Amino acid sequence: RRPNRRQAGGRGGAKGRGRGKKPASDDEDEDEEDEAPRGRRGANRKKPAKKRGGDDEDESEDEPPKRKRGGAANKKKGGKAQDSDDDDSDVGKGKKGKKGGGRKGKKEEEEEETKGKKGDGKGKGKDKGKDKDDDKDKKKKKKKGDSSNSSEEEESMSEGEMARLMEEVEEKKKLIANIRNKPWRMQRRLKHLKEAQEFVDKFEGALGKGKGRKWYAYKVMMTKKWIKFQRDFENFRTACIPWERKIKEVESHFGSSVASYFIFLRWMYGMNLVLFGFTFGLVVIPEVLMGLPYGSVPRKTVPRAEQDTAQDYSVLMDFNGYCKYSVLFYGYYNNQRTIGVLKFRLPLSYLMVGIGTFGYSLMLVIRTMAKNADVGGGDGEDSDFTFAWKMFTSWDYLIGNAETADNKYASITTSFKESIVDEQENQKDENIHLRRFLRVLANFLITCSLGGSGYLIYFVVKRSQEFATRDDLSWYEKNEMEIVMSLLGLVCPPLFETIAELEDYHPRIALKWQLGRIFALFLGNLYTFLFALFDEVNTKLEEEQAIKNASIWAMKEYYANYSRLMNDSEATPPPMDPADVIRGPCWETAVGIEFVKLTVSDIQVSYLTILIGDFARAVIVRFLNYCWCWDLEAGFPSYGEFDISGNVLGLVFNQGMIWMGAFYAPGLVGINVLRLLSSMYYQCWAVMATNVPHERVFKASKSNNFYMGLLLLVLFLSLLPVVYTIMTLPPSFDCGPFSGKDKMFDVVMETIDLDLPAFMGTLFSYAANPGLIIPAVLLMVLAIYYLNSVSEAYQNSNMELKKKMKMARDEEKNRRNNADTTNQVMKDLEDLLPNRSLIPPDPPEPEKPPEPEPKPTKTKPGSAGKGVNLQKDVALASPNPNARAPVSRPPGPRGPGPGRGRGRGPPPR
Amino acid sequence: MGNKQTIFTDEQLDAYQVSLFSFSRLHGRYHELAPHLVPMDYTNEPDCKLPLALIVNMPELKENPFRNRIVESFSEDGMGNLSFNEFVDMFSVLSEMAPRELKAIYAFKIYDFNVDNYLCKEDLEKTLNKLTKEELTPEEVELVCEKTIEEADLDGDHKLSFADFENMISRAPDFLR
Repeated sequence: RRPNRRQAGGRGGAKGRGRGKKPASDDEDEDEEDEAPRGRRGANRKKPAKKRGGDDEDESEDEPPKRKRGGAANKKKGGKAQDSDDDDSDVGKGKKGKKGGGRKGKKEEEEEETKGKKGDGKGKGKDKGKDKDDDKDKKKKKKKGDSSNSSEEEESMSEGEMARLMEEVEEKKKLIANIRNKPWRMQRRLKHLKEAQEFVDKFEGALGKGKGRKWYAYKVMMTKKWIKFQRDFENFRTACIPWERKIKEVESHFGSSVASYFIFLRWMYGMNLVLFGFTFGLVVIPEVLMGLPYGSVPRKTVPRAEQDTAQDYSVLMDFNGYCKYSVLFYGYYNNQRTIGVLKFRLPLSYLMVGIGTFGYSLMLVIRTMAKNADVGGGDGEDSDFTFAWKMFTSWDYLIGNAETADNKYASITTSFKESIVDEQENQKDENIHLRRFLRVLANFLITCSLGGSGYLIYFVVKRSQEFATRDDLSWYEKNEMEIVMSLLGLVCPPLFETIAELEDYHPRIALKWQLGRIFALFLGNLYTFLFALFDEVNTKLEEEQAIKNASIWAMKEYYANYSRLMNDSEATPPPMDPADVIRGPCWETAVGIEFVKLTVSDIQVSYLTILIGDFARAVIVRFLNYCWCWDLEAGFPSYGEFDISGNVLGLVFNQGMIWMGAFYAPGLVGINVLRLLSSMYYQCWAVMATNVPHERVFKASKSNNFYMGLLLLVLFLSLLPVVYTIMTLPPSFDCGPFSGKDKMFDVVMETIDLDLPAFMGTLFSYAANPGLIIPAVLLMVLAIYYLNSVSEAYQNSNMELKKKMKMARDEEKNRRNNADTTNQVMKDLEDLLPNRSLIPPDPPEPEKPPEPEPKPTKTKPGSAGKGVNLQKDVALASPNPNARAPVSRPPGPRGPGPGRGRGRGPPPR
Repeated sequence: MGNKQTIFTDEQLDAYQVSLFSFSRLHGRYHELAPHLVPMDYTNEPDCKLPLALIVNMPELKENPFRNRIVESFSEDGMGNLSFNEFVDMFSVLSEMAPRELKAIYAFKIYDFNVDNYLCKEDLEKTLNKLTKEELTPEEVELVCEKTIEEADLDGDHKLSFADFENMISRAPDFLR
C-alpha cells in the first residue's frame, strides 16, 4: 500500500489539490483524469475566498481585474500542473515547507494554518522544513489510511494557493520585466512598477523564495551575465573577422560588388592559410628539421658547374642556383622512407599532402557554395520591402563617430543607388531585335579575339621551346612567354568590356559575362601553357632516361672494377663529392620553377598595374588638373574604376597556378599566402585612394557563388594535370621523395605492404577490385541523380510558394483597398446617424499617438506582455482595417484631454 | 510627477533601473548637459526642461541624421524640450534592450515629420534626404519614395499608416537599431 500511495502523492500537484477540496473519502485508486478537472474547479472556487485575506492589504486598485485574471490563469495553470511531473509539485511543496519555518509570509502561514488545522501532522512536518517525502512517509507511518490522506489534503490545498500566488507573482514579474516595453511616459511606468514590485516583494518571499531567494537572485544574475557574455562574445567574434572594417569601408563607398571581391580575397586567404599549414607542417618543416642537411647528397647540392653563379641575383630571381636546390622545390626532398627519430614517413606524407591539398580545397569550395546557396538564394533579393526597409532601417543608431557616420551615409546612398539600378533595369523596355543582333555580334567579336589570343600563346610557346635549346638568349627571348601572357591579360579584358557595351546588360549580369569571357581567355592561356610544359617534361624525361642508363652503367662498371680489384664484394659508393655527381634534369623541379616564376611575375604585373594604371593616373589627374586645358577629372582620363572581373579572375587563376604547382614546389603556397596578405592591404588602400565608384553601382549577388563556381572549375582543371603526372609519369630517378620508384603512388603500396598488417593489404586489394568499384560508382551516380531531382522538386515548390505569397499579398492589398472603400461607405452611413455625426472628423487629427494610447488602457489591467502581443496580432493578422478601427478609435475622444495626449502642441514644423 | 518621487532613494533608483538599463549614469549625463539649469538634487521634483539644442549635441545623437526628430518625438510639448523623465524615456527606448514593438512605435513617430500620424511622401523625402545627405538626384528620390509607398502601403491611400509601417518593419531583418 505504501509505495502506491507515495507514488500517487508524488504524481501531479493537481491531483492532490483536487483531493483537498473534496471530501476526504476520495480514494487514490481513482483515475487521475477524473479527478484533476474537479480539483481544478475546486481550486478556482476556493481562491477568491482565500485571496481576500492577502489581497486587500497590498493591492488596492488593481484587485478586481487581477483576481479575474488570476482565476483564468489558475484554470490554465491547473491544466498545466496536471501535466507537469512530480518534480514540480515536489519542489513547490518543499519550498513551502521551508518557508513555513522562514520569514515573513505570515499571512500565508496563518491562512494555511487555519485551513490546515484539521490535518494534524502537516503543520509539524512543514515547520520542520524537512524533505517532503520524508514527512509524508512519517505521517503515513503515524496514521494510516484516512488521516494521512487528510494531511495530504492540507498540503495540496495550500499548493493550489501556491500555484495561484506564484502565478500572480509571475505575472507581476512579467510586468516588471516588460514595463520598459510599454510606450508609457516615465511617471506612469514608475507608478505601475512600484505597485507591481511591492506585490512581488511581498509574495515572492512568501512563496518560499525567501530562503531560495539568494539562489534565485543568483540564477537571475547568472542568466543576465550569460546573455551579456553571449553578446560580448558575439561582438568579439565579429571583431575577430579579419579586415571586416576595411571591407565595410570599401563597401560603403564602392558598393557591394567591389566588396564582394575583397570578401572573396579574404576567403581565399583563409583557405591558403590552411593549405600552407598542411604543406609546411607536414612536408617542409620535417624535411628541414629531420632530413639530411644541405650538401650531403647530390640532390641537395648545387652542381659544380653552376656553383659560381649560384648566388647571382639574376640567377636567384629565375629560381635557379641555390633556390633550385632548396626546400622550396620537389627535387630537394630525399627518398629515405623514414626520417629522423620520429620515423616520419616523408615521401608518404608528401604524396598525401599533395592529394590532401586538392581534397581539402574541393571540400571547402563545395561546402562554401552549398552554404552560400542556402543563404543567398540567388541574385538580388526579391523581398517585398526593398526600398521601405532601406529607408527605415538602414541607419545604425549606434554610430557616434563622425567618420563612421560619413561612411554610413555613403553606404546608404550606395545601396539606394544599387537598388535604383535594379529597379530601372526592371522598368526598361527595349528593342529586342536590335539588342539580339548586337549581342550576337559582340559574342562573335569576342570569340574571334579569344581564338586569336589562344593561337598567339600557342605560337609563343612553340618558339620558347626552340629557344630552350639555345644559350645566347636576350632578356626578351627568355621571358617572351610571360610577357605575352601578361600583355594579353592586360589588353583583352578592356577590349571585352568595350565590346560588351554593345550588349547593354544589367551590370551584374554583364559582370558575369565578362568574367566568363576572361575566364575563357585565361583558360586558353593556361592550357596552352600546360601543353607546352608537358612537351618540355617529355623531352626532359627522355633526356633523363639516357642519363639514368648512363649513370647506372657507370655505377655497375665501377662496382665491377671495385670488387675485381679489391676482391671484396662489399661495395662502397664511389668517393665523389655530391656536387660532381652526374644527375638527371629532374623535370619535377623544372615544372615547379615554371609555376613559381609564373606566379611571381603575375604578382609583379598586377602590383605594377595598380601602381601605374591606378595610382599614377590618379596622381596625374589630380595634380595636373590645375594646369590643363580640359577637366581631367571629369573628362578623358579621369580616375580609374575598380576592375572587379579582372581582379577576381586574377585571383582565381593565381589559385589554379598554386594548386597545380604546389605539388612540385611546396614553397609556392607560402609565396601565395604572402601575396594574398599583401594584396589585401595594398588593394584596399589602392581602391580607397585612387579609384572612383562605378558609374552604376550595382548590388552583387548575395552569394559569391559565381566566383566560387569559377574557382571550382579551375580547381578541377588544375587537378587533372597533377593527377595525370602522379599516376602515369615516372618520377625522376635521382631527385625528389619518390626517386627510385616506378610511379609516385607506389609509395602508398609500399606503406600498405610494409607498415600495415597483412589483412589490410588484402582488404585494399579487394577494395580496388573493379567488381566493387563499378557498383559503387553506379550507386553514387544514382544517388546524385536522385538528390538532383529532389532538389529540383524543392525548387519548383519554392517558386510555387513564392508565387502564392505574392498573390496573397496582392489580394490582401486589394482587399484592404476594398475594405477601405466600403469602410468609407460605412462611415458616410454613420455620419447620417444623428448622434455620431459630430464625432468622426475630430478624433483622427488630434489623436496623435494612436498606438501608445490604446495600449495603456488595454494593458492596464495587468497582463504585461500580452497587451503588446495582442495589439500586434491585431495589426498583423487582421486583414481588414475595420478590425483595427475600433481599437484606435475609442481612445480618440478621450485623447484630447489635457494631460494625456502627447505632442499635442503645434506641430514642430 | 504624478508619482511621489521625492528623492532618488534606493527604492526609486531600483524602479528606474528596472525600467531601463543604464540608468546609473543618466542623471549625471542630464545634469552635465546644463549644469546651471539642472539641479543636482532631484528630491523635490524640480520642473526643469532642457532645450533641444543641448540634447542634440550629446555624442549619442550628434551624428544621427534624425536627432532633432528623435528628441522632438520624445518631448511632451513637441518642441524638443525634455524633462528628465522624458530624457530617461528616450534612452530606454533607444537602448538595445527595448523590444521591437516599442521601437517601431517610436520609429514611426520619428519618421513622421509633419506629425499627422501618417508617413506621407514629404516625410519620406525628408527621411531620404537626411539619410543620403541629399546625394541622390530628385528623380531618384522620387523613384525611391514611390517605390517605398508602393511596397508598404497596404490600404492604398498613398501614405503609410502605422499599421502599414509596423507590418513592414516587423519583417525587416535588421530592424534592431
